[in-house]
Amino acid sequence: MNHRPTVGFGTLLLLILVCSLAACGPEAGRGTAAVPGDKASLQNKGSDTMVNLALAWAETYGQIHPEVQIAVTGGGSGTGIAALINGTVDMANASRRIKDEERAQAEANGIEPVEHVVAGDAIAIVVHPSNAVNALTIPQLSAIFSGKITNWSQVGGEDRPIVLLSRESNSGTHVFFLEQVVRQGDKQDKTLFSPNTLLMPSSEGISFEVRQNPNAIGYDGLGYVTPDQKVVAVASGEGEPYIMPTVETVRAGSYPIARGLYIYTVGEPQGSVRDYLDWIMGPDGQAIVRDLGFVPLE
Amino acid sequence: MRPRQREFLVETLVRAAGLSAIFFMALIFLFLLKEGAPAFWEVSLGNLFGQRWYPNEDLFGTLPLILGSLLVTAGAVIIALPLGLATAIFVRELAPDWLREILKPLIEVLAGIPSVVLGFLGMVAITPLVRELLNVPTGLTAFTGSLMLAYMALPTMISVAEDAIDAVPKSYRDGALALGATRWQTIWRVVLPAARSGVIMAVMLGIGRAIGETMAVMMVTGNAARIPHEWYALFMPVRTMTATIAAEMGEVARGGTHYHVLFAVGILLFVVTFIINAVASLVIIRGGPRRGGRLMG
Repeated sequence: MNHRPTVGFGTLLLLILVCSLAACGPEAGRGTAAVPGDKASLQNKGSDTMVNLALAWAETYGQIHPEVQIAVTGGGSGTGIAALINGTVDMANASRRIKDEERAQAEANGIEPVEHVVAGDAIAIVVHPSNAVNALTIPQLSAIFSGKITNWSQVGGEDRPIVLLSRESNSGTHVFFLEQVVRQGDKQDKTLFSPNTLLMPSSEGISFEVRQNPNAIGYDGLGYVTPDQKVVAVASGEGEPYIMPTVETVRAGSYPIARGLYIYTVGEPQGSVRDYLDWIMGPDGQAIVRDLGFVPLE
Repeated sequence: MRPRQREFLVETLVRAAGLSAIFFMALIFLFLLKEGAPAFWEVSLGNLFGQRWYPNEDLFGTLPLILGSLLVTAGAVIIALPLGLATAIFVRELAPDWLREILKPLIEVLAGIPSVVLGFLGMVAITPLVRELLNVPTGLTAFTGSLMLAYMALPTMISVAEDAIDAVPKSYRDGALALGATRWQTIWRVVLPAARSGVIMAVMLGIGRAIGETMAVMMVTGNAARIPHEWYALFMPVRTMTATIAAEMGEVARGGTHYHVLFAVGILLFVVTFIINAVASLVIIRGGPRRGGRLMG
């Protein structure tokens, strides 16, 4: 009678132990199940700017080639390249070129990153639809984002404080914007973003704040601009023409804040990675580029 | 013989389970130290405690992050303390039984709302309100973060404070009322002072909950790594330690300086939380073993 509760308790403890062991089961099994005989599985990670594009490519390609499975994840260009360096992905998407130090790290790990230009993109400057400012020059944008201009009235708008919005510093768009706009392409320039710049974890965070805050100014890839944000025309300098970002102006080279979108592979691509990249750069892949608001290759 | 063996087995299991908590704690701290300590000689202390956080250019000033975390947390406690205390008093001392039975589980349900859901709610619903009502440049402010955190810390604070008030012997209340004190005087002058240590514990646990929270804070505070130096800094954006780790850890190359510094930020956070817990424990020990034992359980 007396030790009965003890038995019950002991069994209970054992039961808990067994259950927790069993819980590990499916986790351990997943790894082996993921590699069936003749299916190729590609890991593709990186730029958030490109994540929708990469998903659309992967989905369409998967319909034509069901034997190839492509897993796409975002996280930022830096994240994708870091994964490539650590050897956990086959392809890294990047909205900026790989840095020298990243290339050195990769080579130290025995990985040679090979660059492929897969599409073009423009960085659009977006403001609240009620904002009276229609056009800005690159020097003005540099002064705004480095904190030298802090009120919209200084660039021809209402008397309102300027709220700066940017992507997180691991984003390729952030790095590109810093180099090309804040520092105006000058490599010696050490100007930084103003410390008051809000670093948003996602493109959605930027567009949400731009939509509802009349003080806000932000930037994002052309493919992410929704109709309820106002796009500002940009001139490369005082007296230069103000240009709106479109596929045509980017292709003509007249819009000043344009860039390439890249995929980095581990060494020269072979087998299913080669086929996939050829398809992306071919007419079918580039049609998707245009559909999503990016700029297709010539 | 067999019952004794069984007893031995169970005792061993229970002891192992108990000790494993200490073991894992030590492992976590060692790991943090191993990954974070190199930051203290890779980066000069002047840089590490400088005013500018911009890792792309090797600027690792953690000062804005530390101040940001402290500001958001302090704001959360200032908001949550009166609310939590009042709720605890109401539930334990004033509410009729049937209402208490409804309120208690509801308060506990609050604790179960995932912070990302709260963060999204804050971003979509609270942020525009804060901007319009307070007439500030943006609604993504430390104050918005404090509101979210206060909401998240409330269930813990209420439960612990309520337990502390409940632990005050009934004879105290009877004595006060017999001396002619009103109900309010009894609560304010007798019950609350007697439950002091438990109430402080509730605040400490609330702080611990608030300072470690990541997701909701990252979504509503704007993440601008600025030094909150103005008197109205609570109504300006900030960047907290937790949001920085969460936003940047995915990007860094393992073993790089930035990686080490992020772990160093983790160590700083650990130290701050540890100090808060240690202070809370000291308060409990001074408050007497009986009540302390009850609250710890």
